[in-house]
Amino acid sequence: MTYHLPEFRHPDLPTNELGYTKKQYEGAISTLCAGCGHDSISAGIIQACFELSIEPHKVAKISGIGCSSKTPTYFLGNSHGFNSVHGRMPSVATGANLANRELTYIGVSGDGDSASIGMGQFAHVVRRNLNMLYLVENNGCYGLTKGQDSATADVGSMSKKGAANPFQPVDLCTLAIDLGATFVARSFSGDKDQLVPLIKAAISHSGFAFIDVISPCVTFNNTAASTKSYEFVREHIEATGKTDFIPVRQEITADYDPGFTQEVTLHDGSVIHLYKNDEDLDVRNRLSALQAIHKYKDKGEILTGLLYLDPDCEDLHEIIGSVEKPLRDLDEKALCPGNQALGAINDSLR
Amino acid sequence: MKPTDIKNPEYFHQVVDCQYACPAHTPVPEYIRLIAQQRYTDAYMINWESNVFPGVLGRTCDRPCEPACRRGRVEEEPVAICRLKRVAADFKDDITSRLPDIPKEKNGRKIALVGAGPASLTVARDLAPLGYELDVYDEQPIAGGFMRSQIPSFRLPATVLDEEVGYILDMGLTTHFNHYVDSLKGLLDQDYDAIFVGSGAPRGRDLPDLPGRQEGDASIHIGIDWLSNVAFEHIEKIGKRVIVLGGGNTAMDCCRTARRVGGNDVKVIVRSPFDSMKASTWEKEDAVHEGIPIVDNHVPLEFVVEDGKLVGMRFEKVSAVFDEKGKRSLIPTGEEPVLFPCDEVLVAIGQENSFPWIEKDIGIEFDNWGMPVLNAKTFQSSCAKVFFGGDSAFGPENIITAVAHGHQAAVSIDLFCDGKQVNQRLPPGTNLLSTKMGIHEWSYDNDVTTDVRKIVPLVELTSALQNRTMEVELGFDVQTAFDEAERCLNCDVQTVFTDDKCIECDACVDICPMDCINFIENNDEPELRQSLRVKAVNADQDLYVSGNLETGRVMVKDEDVCLHCGLCAERCPTAAWDMQQFFYQVTKAAPLCIK
Ligand SMILES: Cc1cc2nc3c(=O)[nH]c(=O)nc-3n(C[C@H](O)[C@H](O)[C@H](O)COP(=O)(O)OP(=O)(O)OC[C@H]3O[C@@H](n4cnc5c(N)ncnc54)[C@H](O)[C@@H]3O)c2cc1C
Ligand SMILES: Cc1ncc(C[n+]2csc(CCOP(=O)(O)OP(=O)(O)O)c2C)c(N)n1
Ligand code: SF4
Ligand code: SF4
Ligand code: SF4
Ligand SMILES: [Mg+2]
Repeated sequence: MTYHLPEFRHPDLPTNELGYTKKQYEGAISTLCAGCGHDSISAGIIQACFELSIEPHKVAKISGIGCSSKTPTYFLGNSHGFNSVHGRMPSVATGANLANRELTYIGVSGDGDSASIGMGQFAHVVRRNLNMLYLVENNGCYGLTKGQDSATADVGSMSKKGAANPFQPVDLCTLAIDLGATFVARSFSGDKDQLVPLIKAAISHSGFAFIDVISPCVTFNNTAASTKSYEFVREHIEATGKTDFIPVRQEITADYDPGFTQEVTLHDGSVIHLYKNDEDLDVRNRLSALQAIHKYKDKGEILTGLLYLDPDCEDLHEIIGSVEKPLRDLDEKALCPGNQALGAINDSLR
Repeated sequence: MKPTDIKNPEYFHQVVDCQYACPAHTPVPEYIRLIAQQRYTDAYMINWESNVFPGVLGRTCDRPCEPACRRGRVEEEPVAICRLKRVAADFKDDITSRLPDIPKEKNGRKIALVGAGPASLTVARDLAPLGYELDVYDEQPIAGGFMRSQIPSFRLPATVLDEEVGYILDMGLTTHFNHYVDSLKGLLDQDYDAIFVGSGAPRGRDLPDLPGRQEGDASIHIGIDWLSNVAFEHIEKIGKRVIVLGGGNTAMDCCRTARRVGGNDVKVIVRSPFDSMKASTWEKEDAVHEGIPIVDNHVPLEFVVEDGKLVGMRFEKVSAVFDEKGKRSLIPTGEEPVLFPCDEVLVAIGQENSFPWIEKDIGIEFDNWGMPVLNAKTFQSSCAKVFFGGDSAFGPENIITAVAHGHQAAVSIDLFCDGKQVNQRLPPGTNLLSTKMGIHEWSYDNDVTTDVRKIVPLVELTSALQNRTMEVELGFDVQTAFDEAERCLNCDVQTVFTDDKCIECDACVDICPMDCINFIENNDEPELRQSLRVKAVNADQDLYVSGNLETGRVMVKDEDVCLHCGLCAERCPTAAWDMQQFFYQVTKAAPLCIK
């Protein structure tokens, strides 16, 4: 009897620019239920970070409480991590980011963690355009506490308990767009072809990047009458298009049909290519994004893919003009400029 | 691709690389697990049932299973399958109570077996429990064939051979030792219902036309004749300086034996480059370890004889050149011929079949190479009553091949005697059984160790060289055997996939440490192989393809480096994956020999 991940990996695994294989981005073996969508998202994050050749020690993973918030243990085992308090991931991420802007911040949260107890924190981290990937693993329930309906459960959706949810759902994507998020996408744990490029683009975006990933809870909310089950999502999923993430330095080789493609260049020079399914959608336009989401919702469908993107935004550091160096790299003189400097500040406020 | 037909036993059979590569298809992982559980007797009996000579083979087998072993593709070295077999033999209890009962009342059928080597003995072992009367003929005074006369005692102690040959002789065979069969017609004229020819490939090749061959004859010996003379103690000594010609395993046995009977300057001299010598790597290593230089790229030119006495051999230096088709030729380098002084020469450059005792007019067809024309599956010759097996069937091979032939010939003989079609054989015995016991609990040890291959300890070199019959290898002790057994990946515990249970949640894909599993659009095999998570480049290993799933995709698993760790099944929420133990047993004349 054992439940260990073997040491061996495929001998032909590809390596990235750092000479690492995917193994260097893995974490401990998952303790989530077998078949939980959250595990697929972890695998997507591993794949994205591997493909981006991110140095694992330059990533910080931060989460709240929930099955989803447990997942940072299961990926990027060589990175920094902070498993915070329920709904409080945003403030910890904000503090960490302000102290050291050189790391890549990956925040993982759940629909309970973000749309219920953490709603206030969520709203404010969006407003501030903190440079991070904020990923919600959305299963429409509180998985960790045995599957109670969460604030993202659709009206009428029924979990294993068998009672239809009577309340209106929170749509975290429209909310994020409204609150000024600069990168918003929705995806599905069961579609890594879509998810991985979105995670790569979100990590490369400098500003607040939000991805709402529908992630079935196999144990409590994968029933025939649930709108967050594998089957329902597969049947009702529509995509804004196929997203290609083209890293800096890599040439674009494919031919695109101009009417249906949209190309966005990110701050760091990488390019996102969207082969659109819907000619009307303009991912640079908030109104167009909101309209598209509602249009599909009215048809009973779930619109996934890249929804909105503003690559030219200013992130929190730029907005408040904070110091560029990480605090740990500042010497005592810079950190404690002394009475004279304090006096000058005080005088400026008089 | 079409969905894989897992109902065809050959599919999962091929996944068990070692068992598939073994000519007798011994259920290797099953016996290795039994060794890990210290059930040595059970491990032995599984072997005995399948390969008849576990103690012998655990020391001498050519081990085609090991180069095939999956572990060798996952890390550096395969599982020490062969030496684990010896462990079962070394640590077993008395097994006599588990041997098959031999009916006192015979079934009225009488078979003659020519030769008492592994092929004939296997036929006898398989037929005796069915009540056959068996007459064994051998020109030697004792049974065992080449296992007795050729394989030196320092590799295979006589006690081990005696024990395993004895189990068969004790089944009530009638033995005719010191009896050379000089006429097959003579046997056919007797009242035998069938005849099995297991006479081996008894003639060693010579270099009759090399200058000096006649003059030096007293000091030049054919390797296999010399080895058998040493084994039967007709020869006890050799000169101090010995040249062994040849690069196969016989050459290795000759040089190592010469080293023990008086040769203190023994050399192997071979035409081909070291790396392409026929001898197994481990045999070469053993010779080198005993201080025997192997001189490669030297082609013999002449035996140098002075005053009627052999004083050396002259060789031409060559180098191997390959043409566009990869065909090798040995081209002289143009250097001066080299003289190697010596007192005696052992010629170990190959063996041939020879059937001087089979009359040409009794209906047994021979091909242009002097080999009997046989049906490769039934081993029946053009004379319906006469069956061949072992080295006499298709030329010199090895013990395990002789055993495998013996099983099949026994099946044929039994069908033939029943008046049935010999090519209508029963399918192999198979079984597929779930190993799931509970959450995180399987009936096999699915943990994968990172231990590297264990090395078999040897006796100290000087004492080994002083005694021709002292076994060189000491074998594994209990702890080392356990550690080595744990390296086995349990390839017979199959990943079985049920299409209609799969919800395509990707859990198996995400957990699989070897990236074996894919959910993709179906395609033709070459395209599929290119489009997997990790390209499936090993064409010897199958792709396991499911039927169409809900999303229209298929599951494709590359079997190549699967660790059989069970994590896919562990993480599957619907038990679409299950780990099922596959048992495959070659069809034999008697369904189950062991109790
Ligand atoms: C030097 C040497 C080392 C080897 N080492 C190994 C090894 O380590 N591992 C391995 O797997 N294989 C080894 N082999 C090969 C292996 O021994 C043979 O492949 C195997 O024994 C063949 O079995 P068999 O039953 O076909 O014939 P054999 O074992 O050759 O037995 C044939 C028997 O038939 C008898 N016989 C022949 N003609 C007649 C007749 N007309 N009348 C009566 N009796 C007759 C012979 O005396 C002999 O006893 C080695 C071979 C040699 C030469
Ligand atoms: C302050 C506080 N309140 C309540 C809880 C109980 N609790 C633990 S997890 C959880 C909900 C988690 O839901 P979600 O974020 O959707 O995660 P999931 O398990 O569904 O992935 C709750 C309410 C808690 N841990 N802390
Ligand atoms: S309870 Fe639900 S969300 Fe939590 S691990 Fe199990 S399946 Fe995943
Ligand atoms: S790992 Fe074990 S079962 Fe697999 S091929 Fe090697 S010995 Fe056989
Ligand atoms: S048993 Fe399953 S998880 Fe383990 S290596 Fe094989 S396919 Fe992968
Ligand atoms: Mg949830």
